[in-house]
Parts: sequence; C-alpha cells; structure tokens
Amino acid sequence: MKKLTIAEALREALREEMLRDPTVFLIGEDIGIKDGWGGPFGVTKGLAEEFGHERVRDTPVSESAIIGVAVGAAMMGMRPVAEVQYGDFIFCAMDQVVNQAAKMRYMSGGQVKVPMVVRVPTGATKRGAQHSQSPDAFFTHVPGLKVAAPSTPYDAKGLLKTAIRDDNPVIFLEHKLLYGISRPGYKPEARAPPQVTGEIPEEEYLIPFGHADVKREGKDITLVAKLLMTYRALSVAAKLAQEGISVEVIDPRTLIPFDKNTVIESVKKTGRLVIVEEDNKTGGWGAEVAAVIAEEALDYLATPIGRVSAFDTPIPFAPSLEDFVIPSEDRIIEVIREMTSAS
Amino acid sequence: MTGLEISAEEGKMLEMYRKMLEIRHFEERVYYLFVQGVLPGTVHLYSGQEAVAVGVCSNLRKEDFITSTHRPHGHFIAKGGGLKQLMAELYAKKTGCSKAKGGSMHLCDLDVGMPPSIAIVAGAVPVAAGMALAFKMKQTDQVVACFFGDGATNEGAWHEGINIAAIWKLPVVFVCENNVYAASTRTSAMMLVKTVADRAGAYGIPATQVDGNDVLAVYEATREAVKRARSGLGPTLVECFTYRHSGHSRGDPAPYRPKEEVEEWLKKDPIPRFRKKLIELNILTKGEAEKIEREVLAEMDDAVRFAQESPPPSPEDALQDVFA
Repeated sequence: MKKLTIAEALREALREEMLRDPTVFLIGEDIGIKDGWGGPFGVTKGLAEEFGHERVRDTPVSESAIIGVAVGAAMMGMRPVAEVQYGDFIFCAMDQVVNQAAKMRYMSGGQVKVPMVVRVPTGATKRGAQHSQSPDAFFTHVPGLKVAAPSTPYDAKGLLKTAIRDDNPVIFLEHKLLYGISRPGYKPEARAPPQVTGEIPEEEYLIPFGHADVKREGKDITLVAKLLMTYRALSVAAKLAQEGISVEVIDPRTLIPFDKNTVIESVKKTGRLVIVEEDNKTGGWGAEVAAVIAEEALDYLATPIGRVSAFDTPIPFAPSLEDFVIPSEDRIIEVIREMTSAS
Repeated sequence: MTGLEISAEEGKMLEMYRKMLEIRHFEERVYYLFVQGVLPGTVHLYSGQEAVAVGVCSNLRKEDFITSTHRPHGHFIAKGGGLKQLMAELYAKKTGCSKAKGGSMHLCDLDVGMPPSIAIVAGAVPVAAGMALAFKMKQTDQVVACFFGDGATNEGAWHEGINIAAIWKLPVVFVCENNVYAASTRTSAMMLVKTVADRAGAYGIPATQVDGNDVLAVYEATREAVKRARSGLGPTLVECFTYRHSGHSRGDPAPYRPKEEVEEWLKKDPIPRFRKKLIELNILTKGEAEKIEREVLAEMDDAVRFAQESPPPSPEDALQDVFA
C-alpha cells in the first residue's frame, strides 16, 4: 500500500496503461512542455520525459482539434487520452464530442469503435463563471458516451485504467479541488477539503464501470453524491450521526452506466433519498437519479426525494457568492433534518 | 497531353471513366426514386463533381482512408464501396452499408477505407487529422484524403484541423470541392480571399488549384499531394473548382443560380469531356462507350433490385450499436 493524491493516482494509471499498450497516448494543451506544468493540474508531469513527445502530445489551443484528432485516431486503432484544461473549455468542442465521438459507432452500423477518454476537470474554484462549471449532465444526456466521476485516489486510478481499456468514448470528470497537487506558485484552495490522499495497492487493479461504492453505511437516509460533494456528504454524515441520524453515502463513481440497483437497495432500507450535486439543479444529473428512483422505487420512499444542488446561476466569482451557490454542509444538513424529522 | 503519359495508363483511365459513370447514373437513379417517393429522408446529389472523387481516389490504395461529407455518394463509390450496399442504405434496408443506421449522409465501409461520412460541415477535418496521426504513430504509410466543400472553410473546426495536421506534418490530403455555393450562398460573399487555396498559406502548407471537372488534372494534382503525404512531408490543400448540377439537396431547384452560370458549367460536364478525350486518344470507341453505359445501367438495376428485395431492419435493431 502507498498513499497517493488523486493527481498521482491518475498519473500512475496513465503510466501503467502507456507501458502496457503502445496504442495509448496523451493529447492536450501544456501536458508535456519541458519544465512546464504537466497539464493544468500536474497530472501528466514527467510522462513526456518518460514516453517522449510522440506519446505525450502538446497541442495548440484548439479543443475541437484535440477531441477530433482523438476521435480519428481512436477509429484507426489508437487509444487516445485527451484532456481539456478546464471543463468549461470542452464546450468549444461539443460537435466533436456529441456528433462525432458519441455517434460514430452507431452511424457506422457497428463497424467502428471509438476507444477514447476525455479528461475533464470540473468544479468551482473561485475562478468565475468560465472556469467553474460542473458539466456532468451535458454528457450523461448523450447516448454513446460513458461518464466516470471518481472522488478518491483509489477510484480515480482504477476507473481511469478501465476507461482507457473501454472501447467507447469515456468522459472522465475530475474535480479540481480533489487533485491534491502542488506546483510552484499554486496555492492550495482555502476551502478545499482536507488534502485528499488515499491508499493504493502496489499490485494492479481495475474498477469496473457501473458499480457504485457505499462510502458510509447508514439506515435512516440514502445520500447520493459524487466528486467533491462526496466529501461534504461524509462530513455531514459524521455530524448527523452525533444527532442520531444515520446517513448512508453512496458514490455512483460512474454516471453512465449508472448503478441504480445499489441506490434502490439502499432506499429500500432507509426509505429516504437525498441527492447532492455541484451541478445546478434544473436538468442536472441528479434530476435523472430522482426520476429513476421515483419510477422504480417510489413505494419504498417515506418522504419526497430531496435535492441539494447549485442554484441555477452561472458560478459567481466572489468567494462568498460561490460558497452560497454551491451546496454547503449546512444546506445539506438542513434538508436531511427536514426529511428525517417528518416521520 | 498532360496527365496522360505520365500519370494514367489506359486501363486505369477506363476504370476512372466507368467509376464516374457509375456515380452519375447512381445519382440519376436516386433522384428518380426520390421523385417517385420511394426513398425516405433527403439526399445531396454529387452529379457534376464526379471528376473530383474519382480523380482523388484513383491515387489511393485500398488501405488508405477518406473522410466524407453530407454529399458522400460519389466518394463512397469512388473509394470502392458497393453499389448494392449503398442503394440498400438509401432504401433503409438491413443490408445497407451502415445497416440503415446511417442513411444517405452517413455511409460507411471500413473495408474500403471509409468511416461514416460526417454531415456536420468541417466536422471531419480534425477527425481526418486524427486518422492520419494514427497512421503516423503506427508507422504505416497509409494516407487520408479529406473531402470538404468551400463552405467548410469558414468553420472553426476546419482551421483547427488544418493547423494541427500542418504542425505535425500528418499524411493527409485536404480536398476542397469548391462548387461555388455553400447551400444557397455564393462562396464569394462569405470570404474576402479569392479562393480557398489562399487560406493554406496561413497554415504554412502548400496548395494547388485544379479544374475539378477534368478528372486527369485532379488525378495528377492529387498524385503529388498523396506522394508528399506518404513520404512524411505533411498535408497539401488541393482546391478543385467544380459545380453541382442540382440544388443543394432534394427539393432545392436552386433558383438563386443565374441560368447562364448553370449553362456555362453544364458545358464543362466532366463526363462527356472525359469521354471525348478518351475517344480522341483512341482509348475508347463510341461503341465501347455505349457498351460501358449499358453495363453501368445494368449495375444500377441490380443495385435497386438488391435494395428492394432486402429486408428492412427490425425495430429493435435501433437499440444495437450504441456502445461497443
């Protein structure tokens, strides 16, 4: 066992897969520049030195080209791992993601495969509206894409290895506040959760898609959360335990495919469901979770489904405003208290 | 006689002529079937531009790839795709080249080097660069020919794709079919530079311009570009000046085009031009030309029959092929 940050865990996954399979390569902005950053969050640091610039390919500031090149290379038998610097930038390449990557296999009548990963840093970090969005629902809505969203180093490594070996396009969401990386001039965010590190086994492992992880067991209410919100959920669960409210925290780990059975089984036990997400409320991924549970497990619910999401605004800059918009522990606690006091 | 001694031998030229004829008759048959209400959806006919697809693809090997557009029938046929599978696709039959999932705008046959044609204008340009990158990284000597229209060169993806192919010296030939109109809008109204080739300089790649209704001229221009790509020297832009014989799509009679302009271009129809040349060069006799014509028409009958007799997909087939 060793302790790694998420950035280190992701780097290990990339490195192992690049060593294992010569068709795996990385493509993105500022990922392999000598004496550079190793990508905006340091994930690819050192990989260009080890694998060369043919396989750690720095690109122009051209998101459509990054994703489009990945689509073309993937169809011809490579396994590109593309990245955008901030999740918001992927909107520049939405045609390549939605019309090309996701639809190509279907339009070909099953002839082509598009085995590619796009790494997408998400989440609000006091950088204003165009560097902060949680774009999850844009991608979960597109048939033909898989979507992963790990919250721990262990999950990040195991899921990224699976994503690289998957024969389909995978949108791989990473939360900026969870990388745990430091680089010169980079100040840890004041509001970041305690430095996230996690145990990683020495031996190789993969985590299959479509398997949620119960991060904390409980019996009074089921809380579904991912990425940064997993940590708020766990903190809330610890606090509420002192009041005698037992919260079960489920991290879906992959949004597509979604392990609805784990959530349904939990709801059968607790009779309550609250969904916490950093995406804004209307049409967010949490709405889909609520709909699925209402469709398939309504009879087990003692109270209406609770939802704690960002408000329907762009993400504001002022720290106080951002903190207000993104679900805080207090907001989560308030909703859970209300839901559990009803009985 | 440029393009003859140095580039194409007789057999190859006859093959090119037949391919052009196949495309023309295929499109005419398709038009007829649409007017009859037999085929669903819409269609963008390639008639008039046959010299481009055939001139370019005659330089390619089977293992080379192309990318295509919303107007892909000609590219599909020129690269070696089957007429029966193509017609069946338009008939929305299970035996279609894309199993009736694609339709007229998304033709695919990987075995002949054609991934699904991409109907988002310029969407294929970065994708073509990526395919070429795969060939480069795998150190094969395959090349990609990327077809697009003049209108595509105003899309952002075009510029991003050309630039990345240029800086990485990728084995792509960018083929612009400048057919004077982007849908109903004149090309000249939407760019201040005179021609698309002028834009190549901005990316540091060479460009050539060619009469796109002269198949041997296209063949020769592309031959050089393919050679450059295959030998690792990077992409070339080949601008082919040509013209749609019909409107943008089914149901567009194209009244926005001056009558004189249409007549002028019809005089430059690439097929009679090439036939005349082949006859002048004693490669083809009138009798042989008529024989080829009959054979090609019979192929169309076969393709239609195959499509008619093929089963439709079952509704549940819609749920397959979303994921690998």
